[in-house]
Amino acid sequence: MQKATIHLETLSCPSCLQKIENAVKGLDGIEKDSVKVMFNSSKVKTDFNSETVGIENIEKAIEDLGYPVIKSKVKSA
Amino acid sequence: MQRYILGKKNQITLVSAILIVLGFYGRFGLDNTILFNVSLIIASILGIAPIAIQAYQALKVKVVSIDVLVTIAVVGAILIQNYEESAIVTFLFLFGAYLEQRTLNKTRSAIKELTELAPESAWKQMEDGEFEEVDVDEVDEGDILLVKTGAKVPVDGTVLTGEGHINEASITGESIPVSKANGSEVFAGTILENGTIQIQADRVGEDTTFGQIIELVEEAQDSKSAAERFIDRFSKYYTPAVLVLGIIVWLFTNNVELAITVLVLGCPGALVIGVPVSNVSGIGNGARNGVLLKGSEVINDFSKVDTIVFDKTGTLTIGNPEVAEKEFYGKNTKEVLGYLASVERESDHPLAKAVLQDIGETEFSTVEETEVVKGGGIVAKVNGHRIAVGNVALMEQENVVLNDKARKDVERFEQNGNSLVLTTVDGELKVLMGIRDQIRPGVKQDLQALKKLGVKNLVVLSGDNQGTVDLVARELGLTEAHGHMLPEEKSAYIENLQAEGEIVAFVGDGVNDSPSLALADIGIAMGSGTDVAIETSDVVLMNSDFSRLPHALGLTKSTARNMKQNIIIAVGVVAILLAALLFSNWMNMSIGMLVHEASILVVIFNGMRLLRYHLRGNKTETETIAETNASMAKTKNAT
Repeated sequence: MQKATIHLETLSCPSCLQKIENAVKGLDGIEKDSVKVMFNSSKVKTDFNSETVGIENIEKAIEDLGYPVIKSKVKSA
Repeated sequence: MQRYILGKKNQITLVSAILIVLGFYGRFGLDNTILFNVSLIIASILGIAPIAIQAYQALKVKVVSIDVLVTIAVVGAILIQNYEESAIVTFLFLFGAYLEQRTLNKTRSAIKELTELAPESAWKQMEDGEFEEVDVDEVDEGDILLVKTGAKVPVDGTVLTGEGHINEASITGESIPVSKANGSEVFAGTILENGTIQIQADRVGEDTTFGQIIELVEEAQDSKSAAERFIDRFSKYYTPAVLVLGIIVWLFTNNVELAITVLVLGCPGALVIGVPVSNVSGIGNGARNGVLLKGSEVINDFSKVDTIVFDKTGTLTIGNPEVAEKEFYGKNTKEVLGYLASVERESDHPLAKAVLQDIGETEFSTVEETEVVKGGGIVAKVNGHRIAVGNVALMEQENVVLNDKARKDVERFEQNGNSLVLTTVDGELKVLMGIRDQIRPGVKQDLQALKKLGVKNLVVLSGDNQGTVDLVARELGLTEAHGHMLPEEKSAYIENLQAEGEIVAFVGDGVNDSPSLALADIGIAMGSGTDVAIETSDVVLMNSDFSRLPHALGLTKSTARNMKQNIIIAVGVVAILLAALLFSNWMNMSIGMLVHEASILVVIFNGMRLLRYHLRGNKTETETIAETNASMAKTKNAT
C-alpha cells in the first residue's frame, strides 16, 4: 500500500472537493476511506495499491476534471 | 480543448464583459437590436462554455454541482431568447468565481507565509567529498550537509563541525539567536545568522519539527466541526433538491423563466464557503501569533470554555526554581550536603536541579539502591547510610520524627510559599530546604484578560504544598488553588468539573500533565515547539509564551462568532431571494446571481477580518516582536 500526497493549484469552490473525491474514489486500487481532499491547503491525500493503480492514473483523473496537479509525493505506508 | 477553455476562463470573463457593454451600447446608444442580440448571444455562449464543461465533469462523477444548475438555467434562458439574462448571469458567475479565488488566497495568506518558510534546497556532501546544492527532497537521513551564513537549515540534524548563531523564530517564536556548536541540535526552517556549520541529517521532510508544525496547521485548517460536516451533507442533497424544485415549478406553472430563476437563486455558494473561510483565517491568525489551533472543533469548544485549569510549575511560574531558604540540624553538614548532592544528581526533577545548583562544588559518593517514591522523593543508600530526600509526605512514610523547631521551620517555609525538600540520614532530619519559583512576568494581567473574556473559574492544581499554591493563587487572583496533587488526581479533578457540565481547558507544560491535557475538553500545551506535547494537545502556545493565551481565547471567540455570522448571512440571502421571487416582481435571474455572488464575497470579507484580529488594549511587547520577526523572515525570504 502506498500513500500519496498530491498538491493541486489553489482550489476555490467547495463543490470541487466532492468532484475530486468522487473521481479519485472511482478508480480501482484506491483505499476509499483514505481519500481526503483538503480545501484550504489544496491537497489530496490517499492510500492506494500500486499494483492496481499508478500515481499517474490518479493525477490524470484529477487533471481531467480541470484541476492541474503541481506535484505529488508517494511514500510507502 | 477542455483544459484550454478552462485555462482561459479569465480572458473569457473579460471578453464577455466587453460584449455585454457593446450590446447595451448598441441597443440604447445606436438603437440597434441586432447588434444587441448578437453580442449577447456570443457572450452567453462563450461564458457558458467553461461552466458547462465543469458541469459535465461533475455529472460524470455523479455530483450535481452549482455549475449544473447554472448551465441548465443559462441554456434555458437562451432557448426562451432571453439573451440579456443568459449573458449577464454567466458573466456574473465567472467574475464571482474569479473574485472568490482572489480573496480566498488572502484568507489563506497567513498559512502560506508559514509554509513558504520551509527550506527548498540544501548543500549535500557527495561521494567525492564535495558539497553540491540539491533539492531538499533529495536529502536522506544520515546525509552530511553544509549550512552557510544566512541560509536556512534544511533538515533537523546535529552539528558535526563549525559553530554559529541560529535564529529559531520559525520554530519557537523567539528571535534571539541561539549559539550552536558541535553536538547541538538544529531544526529545519531556522536561519543561520552567522558562522558556517556542517550537520548530519537526523529527520527530513515532513518528519522534521517544522514539517510537523506545517502538517498540523494544514490538517487543522481543513478539519471539520460537526456543524460543518452537517453543512457538507446538507449541500450534497441541497443542490439536487434545487434542481428538482426547478423542474417541479416548470411542470406546474409551465413558466420556463420562473423555473430557471429558481435554479439560480437556489445556488448554495455562500453556505458551503462561509465556514471554511472563517476557519482558515482564524487558524492563520493564530499561526502568525504563536498559537497553534488544531481545527475548527477546537475553536468551537475553546470559545465556550467555563473553567481554565493551570498547572503551576512551568506554566504560571517560570519553572526554574531556586533555593530561597534553608536550615541545618545537627553536625556534619558538609558531609550531609555531599550525600544530598549525590542523590539529587541522579534525578532530573526541577527541585533536584535547584538543590544541586545551591550546593555547588562538593564531594560526590556512590549511590546505591535508589528508589523513587512517586509524589514523595527519593530514598537511596550512600556510604552505608539510608538517605531520604523529599517532601513531608515522604518523611511520614519513613517514620521520621520532627522536633518542635523543625516543625515550626516547615510551617514557616510553607507559608512563605516554598516547596520543601527535607533530607534525612538514617531517619534523622539533617537539612530543610525551601525552594521557590518565580511567577512569570505579566501572568497576572493575562489572567485578568481571560476573566474579562468571560472565563468563570481560574484554577491552579499542583503537586506542590498547599502554602505555595495558595500564595501563587492569592498573588494572581485565581479562584481556586489545590496543592498536593498527583497527576492522576489532577485528571480526576478535571473529570469532576466536566461531570458538573463545565467545559474545561487545561494548561500545562505537557511533560507530566499529558493525562490532564488529553482529558480536558481543550488541552493547551506550553510548547517550545520541539515538545511531544504538540501531539497530545489541542492548542499549542509556541515558545511557552503564556501571554498568547488571552489572544488564543479571544481569537477563538471571534472565529466562532464569525462562523455563525457567515451561516446566517448565507441562509438569510437564499431565504430573502426565494421570498422576493414569490412575493414581488422585481426579482429576476440577473439580480439573483448578483446578490448571490455578492453574498459569497461578503462572507469571504467577513472571514478575512479575522486575519487582522488582535486583543483590544492588550497588544503586548511580544506581539510586536513576533510581528517584526515575521516581516524580517519575509524580507529574508525575498532576497
